[in-house]
Amino acid sequence: MSDLAHAGTVPDERNDRRLHLAIMVGIVLALIVTPFFLYPVFVMKCLCFALLALAFNLLLGQGGLLSFGHAAFFGMASYVSAYAAASWQLPPELAILAGMLAATVLGAVFGSLAIRRQGIYFAMITLALAQMVYFFSLQATGFTGGEDGIQGVPRGMLFGVIDLSSDRALYWVVAAIFMAALAAMYRIMNSPFGEVCKAIRDNEPRAISLGYGVNRYKLTIFILSATLAGLAGAMKALVFQLATLTDVHFSMSGEAVLMSLVGGVGTIFGPIVGAFVIVTMQNYLASLGGWVTVIQGVVFVFCVIAFRDGIVGTLARLIRRPL
Amino acid sequence: MSELIGIPPQVLLGQIVLGLINGSFYAMLSLGLAVIFGLLNIINFAHGALYMMGAFVAWMLLHYLGINYWAALLLVPLLVGAFGVLIERFLIARIAHLDHLYGLLLTFGIALIIQGLFRNGFGSSGLAYEIPDALRGGQNLGFMFLPNYRAWVIVASLAVCLLTWFVIEKTRLGSYLRAATENPALTETFGINVPLLITLTYGFGVALAALAGVFAAPIYAVNPNMGVDLIIVVFAVVVIGGMGSIMGAIITGFALGLVEGLTKVFYPELSATVIFIIMVLVLLVKPSGIFGRSI
Repeated sequence: MSDLAHAGTVPDERNDRRLHLAIMVGIVLALIVTPFFLYPVFVMKCLCFALLALAFNLLLGQGGLLSFGHAAFFGMASYVSAYAAASWQLPPELAILAGMLAATVLGAVFGSLAIRRQGIYFAMITLALAQMVYFFSLQATGFTGGEDGIQGVPRGMLFGVIDLSSDRALYWVVAAIFMAALAAMYRIMNSPFGEVCKAIRDNEPRAISLGYGVNRYKLTIFILSATLAGLAGAMKALVFQLATLTDVHFSMSGEAVLMSLVGGVGTIFGPIVGAFVIVTMQNYLASLGGWVTVIQGVVFVFCVIAFRDGIVGTLARLIRRPL
Repeated sequence: MSELIGIPPQVLLGQIVLGLINGSFYAMLSLGLAVIFGLLNIINFAHGALYMMGAFVAWMLLHYLGINYWAALLLVPLLVGAFGVLIERFLIARIAHLDHLYGLLLTFGIALIIQGLFRNGFGSSGLAYEIPDALRGGQNLGFMFLPNYRAWVIVASLAVCLLTWFVIEKTRLGSYLRAATENPALTETFGINVPLLITLTYGFGVALAALAGVFAAPIYAVNPNMGVDLIIVVFAVVVIGGMGSIMGAIITGFALGLVEGLTKVFYPELSATVIFIIMVLVLLVKPSGIFGRSI
């Protein structure tokens, strides 16, 4: 949607890479410092949602595909991880992997159906498929716990060594996973694969005529995005020791979209900023109750009408560098 | 005939009627979506919220102003339709030149605002709307008892749908509309005010949703979530029917309501998802939808 990924000359690109590296180092430093100032669970919540928004934005920014169903991957992974940790007593690393695997499989199925249509239809199909997952979660009470969700998920011992029951210990793990996922995403975006995806996004007929198997690329980026959204959901289940219907409800998909939009669609770091803004807003406005929805709606409308580049996108335009 | 395929006919026919009622809401809503999509190229995510708003405005007219159901049938679509015109003029028109996905995001935001406001004002529990006196009671058809109001909803919404189809496909106004859908720039050079046509079309689509809301008010409890649950099913109906044809929206709407009702009889667990399953099957066989033009 946004055209920030413009082609620059080679020295420009090298400068950009250096800038991005500096920002990543900055994020690492920030992650190291924040638990001393902020409540770790709050920061972990922000990181989980940031990862969900990043995953959503990977699909939209690289593939030009707007999914309105990422809650399905997020929520299903959250259920599977919670179930694996609570009922099968799997250690956290395997529980997270199980959740990611579930999201990957779901992503492969949904992706192969959704990429048959484009644009608005694509968004509607992802939404409708995600709604199937929601109804499944509502009805399969033996697995999901229905309205109650899966509660009291044990965080367990990471690799049998690190006790994650303390928030501080879990924080370092979540921060490390987040950083690794961000680095992986950056690598994907700047790989030949990522470039082909961008070519398809910008001009699909041209990419087809160049001989690329367009659908295969679209499906791959869809699955990657679903897997990362699953990672976010799996982490969320461990952080809150809880998996509920909220995670699979389509308003969760809407939140992922909102976070990307606020931060800057198609930017690299925008979704992180957007997630922190939205989660902070929800936390501090929680006392307003139902007004939070209204305010979110107003933010949505405002961003679409007057602030389409988002925070990071606007910043990137000001300094004329992709962020 | 005490049993039909192992199911008591009362249950079977009852669910068929219920399915047709749901189907009439699907048809009216997907018809409105199709009309709006045709000219504005926007999936109106606020459609469910505007349907809910229709039901609430009918309730408010009755309880605050004493305006009865029959007047509401006319007033509510006008009021909510006018609200839709404002939305189009002040918000949607500003992003008309952008990627259509922005329209989806914008209307999603509008839906959040409307739902949030009604949730704050009225809470999440349902409000009752009395069935108008003339439509109380029902007919004993021998095999089942058909409430008059439900029969009325099915007939009335079918009439509204067919009237809409007639206006779009058979009248001069409709031909302008179809021309503007096909090629807005060319239509404008013929001296037709396309922006006005777009605004009125959006207003009309919204009015259809609001009218569906008035129909729904006496059947379902009037509550802020009534649109949320419905709209995604309607989106699936739209994908199944394909956006190409007005008649497609109507037929698919009623047919899927019926399918859903029958599923409730034979395999209740699947009734919430059967429409989505059909959507998947249709996508696999004919991605443009049953009545859709290939895009």
